[in-house]
Amino acid sequence: MNQPLIDLVNISKSFDGELILDDLNLSVKENSFVTLLGPSGCGKTTTLRIIGGFVSPDQGRVIFGGEDITRMPPNKRQLNTVFQKYALFTHMNIAENIAFGLKIKGKSKDYIRDKIKYALKLVNLDGFENRSVDSLSGGQQQRIAIARAIVNEPRLLLLDEPLGALDLKLRQDMQYELIRLKNELGITFIYVTHDQEEALTMSDTIVVMNQGYIQQMGTPEQIYNEPENAFVADFIGESNIVDGIMLRDELVEIFGARFACVDKGFGQRTPVDVVIRPEDIDLVKPDDGTLTGVVTHLIFKGVHYEMEVTTDGGFEWLVHSTDMFPVGQEVGIHVDPFDIQIMNKPASEDEEAVGVNE
Amino acid sequence: MNKKSTRILAYPYLVWMAGFTVIPLLMICYYGLTDRTGAFTLDNILAVASTEHMKALWLSLSLSLISTLICLLISYPLALILRQHHIGKSSFVVFIFILPMWMNFLLRTMAWQTLLEKNGVINSLLSVLRLPPLAIINTPAAIILGMVYNFLPFMVLPIYNVLAKIDDNVMNAARDLGADNVTTLTKILLPLSIPGIISGITMVFVPALTTFVISNLLGGSKILLIGNVIEQEFTRGSNWNLGAGLSMVLMVFILISMTLIAKYDKNGEGTAF
Repeated sequence: MNQPLIDLVNISKSFDGELILDDLNLSVKENSFVTLLGPSGCGKTTTLRIIGGFVSPDQGRVIFGGEDITRMPPNKRQLNTVFQKYALFTHMNIAENIAFGLKIKGKSKDYIRDKIKYALKLVNLDGFENRSVDSLSGGQQQRIAIARAIVNEPRLLLLDEPLGALDLKLRQDMQYELIRLKNELGITFIYVTHDQEEALTMSDTIVVMNQGYIQQMGTPEQIYNEPENAFVADFIGESNIVDGIMLRDELVEIFGARFACVDKGFGQRTPVDVVIRPEDIDLVKPDDGTLTGVVTHLIFKGVHYEMEVTTDGGFEWLVHSTDMFPVGQEVGIHVDPFDIQIMNKPASEDEEAVGVNE
Repeated sequence: MNKKSTRILAYPYLVWMAGFTVIPLLMICYYGLTDRTGAFTLDNILAVASTEHMKALWLSLSLSLISTLICLLISYPLALILRQHHIGKSSFVVFIFILPMWMNFLLRTMAWQTLLEKNGVINSLLSVLRLPPLAIINTPAAIILGMVYNFLPFMVLPIYNVLAKIDDNVMNAARDLGADNVTTLTKILLPLSIPGIISGITMVFVPALTTFVISNLLGGSKILLIGNVIEQEFTRGSNWNLGAGLSMVLMVFILISMTLIAKYDKNGEGTAF
């Protein structure tokens, strides 16, 4: 269960002289749900295509189950892909689409028929065998694309933003569906998305990428609660990123006010980035707060109120709270020590892209 | 824009269609179904059964079929290459293929005549190289060459158009599911490009079937295609009735290919122009 199924070793790739991936190393364990998350152009889709065999890396190796498959064509690889916008064969009906891979492998008619039935049941589309692709909705087409891939019993399923074209409600349903499928089939999933909520919902492991580098790799909780740099903090959820000075262990100064925190080992009087999630800020009476400010913006968001609190230096704090404070009210800002995340400042812009773990 | 004003905008086109499509068609039908005195007759249509006319029709059908086939064999790989390398419409290669179409059709065919003549450019070159002369002028081969040369773009473009619309990921999906290149071509690309192929076949076959210019210039006076027969009835024989009758027979063949288009090309995907 914990053997690495796929290893990317020192992968580099450029397109038209532009570096997309730079010396990327990634190891994916058998039976895990790994999400490559990042903004467009971060190299996540290229990484997936290299694993699928549609793009060959300029440098580096792809190891699959202990075997070097870097130069192996996609049709020989023991993995399948669910493509963006489904890529179904419109000149075939649903059964023929699902049977495509099995027919090539020379499976018997009975076997294929049973497999089609099983796969359609799995994606909740029983009886769709003779339907045409065009008669299906986007969500249904997506399920067929998944069925078409999984009937081949791949060891690894690659999913390239498969839910991108669906509306919000359907997307959420499909997220649960994918988790269920993953658990029922016991296949390793590598999932590419730019949607952080999707990543947090489904993954065992999230790999946050930017500009061809892995920024941080970890469980959804780690990524959300302990972002390693400002990029990850900013990309995953909303956050307040402010300049601070680490006075000593467990004490940080922000805008002249001293906050207790839990981080150690930054030295004394070290400039740092401080990340505080909007829901971790408690608004209290002005006298009880570490900082004081004035509510300058208020929006009702359903689950919570979203407020902007402007403090003396002119910084606008984003605050999520179920308590409402009207615009113009003076409030105090209080943050619990363990809700304050301290990060080293990047020395240069390059390092910001590389991230602290590289 | 409301419905009424769009309808008014359509009137000029209706007048155009009535004047230049419907009325000429009716006139052809009138001439084809009457004799010189204006009396109704089927003779003009049945005249196609005469040995001379059957021979011309048969030759036309076979030459245009062969030309269409050659065009298809040349065009499909070319369209595939253009698609594979994402050489778009703006590219130089496509431009080169369309460029001859900017020149007058007659001029292009006359150029071939000059090239192929007994003492023409090609044979002069061959004799310099001490190679045997090429004697294809005034043969069916020259006519086929002329047809293929003139109509090739009409085959390339609809096929390329259909192929270019196929998502790369559809081919990647086939590869992903285990298909090699040959299977991807036969099971995915070919079936998906049938509308373009049908469109191209019709666009080459119909003008090839009715042409008289190419056969006049490259086939000499001895080879008569059905187009030449009709042309001669209108110009030299001045038997408009017979010419119109034969035209109607030819129209049946064109109607058949149009039906084929309507059947396979429901979405109009293959239309290039």
